[in-house]
Amino acid sequence: MLRLEKRPMPSRFWTAVTPVLAVILTMVAGGILFALLGKPPVEAIRVIFWDPLFGANNFYTLPQMLVKAGPLILIAIGLSLGFRAGIWNIGAEGQYIMGAICGAAVALAFYPAEHWYIFPLMVIAGALGGWIWAMIPAVLKIKFGTNEILVSLMLVYVAENILSWVSFGPLRNPQGYGFPGSRNLQQYPSAHNADLIPNTGLHWGVVAAFLAVIGAYVLLNRHILGYQIRVAGQAPRAARFAGVSPSRLFAFCLGTSGALAGLAGLFEVAGPSGQLSPDFNVGYGFTAIIVAFLGRLHPVGILLAGFLMALTYIGGELAQLSLNLPSAAIQAFQGMLLFFLLAFDLLSNYRVRWKEHAAKEIAK
Amino acid sequence: MLLTIEGLTKAYPGVVANDDVSFSVAEGEVHALLGENGAGKSTLVKMIYGLVKPDAGHMTLRGAAYEPAEPRAARAAGVAMVFQHFSLFEALDVAENVALGMEKPPRPRELAQRIRAVSEEYGLPLDPSRLVGDLSAGERQRVEIIRCLLQDPKLLIMDEPTSVLTPQEVEILFETLRKLSAEGTAILYISHKLEEIRALCDGATILRRGKVVATCTPREKSARELAEMMVGQTLTPPERGTRAPGEVVLGVAGLSVASPNPFGTSLKNVGFDVRAGEVLGIAGVAGNGQDELLLALSGELRSDAGAVVLKGKPVGTLGPEGRRAAGLVSGPEERLGHAAAPEMSLTENALLSGRVRRALVKSGFIDWKKTKGFAEEIVKDFDVRTPGVDVAARALSGGNLQKFVIGREILQDPAVIVVNQPTWGVDAAAAAAIRQALIDLAAKGAAVVVISQDLDELLEVADRFAALNEGRLSAPRPVQGLTVEEIGLMMGGAHDMEVAHVEA
Repeated sequence: MLRLEKRPMPSRFWTAVTPVLAVILTMVAGGILFALLGKPPVEAIRVIFWDPLFGANNFYTLPQMLVKAGPLILIAIGLSLGFRAGIWNIGAEGQYIMGAICGAAVALAFYPAEHWYIFPLMVIAGALGGWIWAMIPAVLKIKFGTNEILVSLMLVYVAENILSWVSFGPLRNPQGYGFPGSRNLQQYPSAHNADLIPNTGLHWGVVAAFLAVIGAYVLLNRHILGYQIRVAGQAPRAARFAGVSPSRLFAFCLGTSGALAGLAGLFEVAGPSGQLSPDFNVGYGFTAIIVAFLGRLHPVGILLAGFLMALTYIGGELAQLSLNLPSAAIQAFQGMLLFFLLAFDLLSNYRVRWKEHAAKEIAK
Repeated sequence: MLLTIEGLTKAYPGVVANDDVSFSVAEGEVHALLGENGAGKSTLVKMIYGLVKPDAGHMTLRGAAYEPAEPRAARAAGVAMVFQHFSLFEALDVAENVALGMEKPPRPRELAQRIRAVSEEYGLPLDPSRLVGDLSAGERQRVEIIRCLLQDPKLLIMDEPTSVLTPQEVEILFETLRKLSAEGTAILYISHKLEEIRALCDGATILRRGKVVATCTPREKSARELAEMMVGQTLTPPERGTRAPGEVVLGVAGLSVASPNPFGTSLKNVGFDVRAGEVLGIAGVAGNGQDELLLALSGELRSDAGAVVLKGKPVGTLGPEGRRAAGLVSGPEERLGHAAAPEMSLTENALLSGRVRRALVKSGFIDWKKTKGFAEEIVKDFDVRTPGVDVAARALSGGNLQKFVIGREILQDPAVIVVNQPTWGVDAAAAAAIRQALIDLAAKGAAVVVISQDLDELLEVADRFAALNEGRLSAPRPVQGLTVEEIGLMMGGAHDMEVAHVEA
């Protein structure tokens, strides 16, 4: 029998090197997978990892990467604060949807008036929508001790139903020939979250993501609130000894992650997506959980993980187009990446031992 | 000879826990293993009980080679052990707990009968159907002892059995052990309490830093001689001058709070005063409300505003930070996880409680330079042995971390300090340093409250003495002139325990 034993002090070197090793191993294992499918392995890897960045079509793929990475990073940063404190907000997808609905509703309320203040109001409404949706599990937890994992997750499905309802009902485009979905905000200049520099994919959402990374870094390393978040996650009793109020921390972490997810939804609906529709959400809120952990809950790590995730999405699409790789193979490939990253993570924190041998050491 | 041990050696990375240890225990002998914390007593008995495999050396039991691969093998050979920390399920009853520790438990009714029979015979009355969560510490220990006795052992190992008992309960336990010994069961008795060993044991093996330094008959030695053999140096008791107590700094009255822990002990109408320059010692058997008292004084548990009064100001509704600002600091019992965050560096841990009084945070932002300076000051002033202040708290030894944690509170120049078990699991030198620091702090005019289960410690540092029993605090009395008998009664006497019926 194998068993795992916690390492007394995980090596800093290996903690830094393992993500790179994981990517390399994914390439090797993925190459074998693609070869077994009868596709040229080296070319497939190149299409996935190289072409989106440096290929002939990178004028299209690079902006797309920013568009995909932006919301992932923004949401993951918010989630990572809670995860560090041991507060598990699994419902970012729902907060993302509610942010989009609230922001779009503000825009549609003003339509077709043009004012400079419409977009800022939308941003506030988007953040507020996500914040309120996340405060529901927070308040239930503080008042009644409910489990925030379950409540936040179930609220995702409530949010999806609300999205469906507004797309068919109150926010439907009156000139949309009866199709579900709102007006296209891309055609409403005061509400459009356009590229700040045309054709770069750099919209306000990406800027917000970068700001969130910097903000989270400063918060965690310099601010007392970030310190309290870290203590609460590592040693809850020590946090109470230090005078941290668990309720306030809960409200802060859930509220912040909800607001950031709501912002991501608003920037998406006002920008790349353009309209609310029943299939508006594509799972950024769930993928962001993966991004947060891939980035080891560290702001800079999350920035890199967000881009890596976006790269495999774009590269995967390219490989489907140019090499006819089945989409299932791409998903398996992404799964491998996760698998190797987490496996290496485990190995840098634990050592594997044969049970017989380990039993003696543990008995100490 | 029942058990003979020759040349047992066990090394862990960085430390030799046992180095060439040899001794023997005769049939029916009560043999003491004496040594400080960290002397290697626990490792040694774990090898005898099959929990740890020795690197070298061998053991014989009644002349046959004895190499238990696991505790089950040790039990089969007739070796049983009562651990210092009980392994009992509070939500199960006595019989269920006993059954869980047996290889092939008999049917419940039969087991209940056997438990009654054994408990009658050895004067350890115990109702098999009672919930363990409702039992006192002494009664829980009986569950463990009976679990062992049902196996009819030849050798019974007891690891620090009296740390959870009042003096009267200790006497009852000793009667039981003497009876067992008279019937031919050998007992290996681990302790660092010298008077107990002198009262109970026929022979003693003294360990220091993993080596056997002496073997003796404890009745023929004085407690002081035993202590010096154990510590390997002459001990100087802490110095204390006489001082006139000042005005009341901390006043507690009618303090009743519910325990946050379902099997904890709620505080019931606790009241006392502590004056400037005075040390109040609070004794009690583990689990009688010590943790709750610390939490209620530190601010982690809130009470009515007037239940805790600091320098004339009601602070009962304030949290830990509010009380620190008002001058009250505290040192909880558990170093790792409560007084310090294990994975965080000493610098980060200095911030944990030092934030307000040391002004380490300015408008929400942490002054890391100043915090590091504070951590370095603690390390220097309290002789904390560490490679630096960037080391994680859990990398420090118990004694060094305790010096850091206590030092962190003392250097905040508090008006009141409350500490729980300040020297638990700490080596003698560090313990002496911590006690001296607390006495010095009182000499500078602070009010000091020391909660401890170590009576010797309290008698050494305290001016006045009170005891917690089931969440109630006895009236504090001056230490001078107090007898052990009186202290025992303050701690709850024998908790209605029955003495072993020694038959002729």
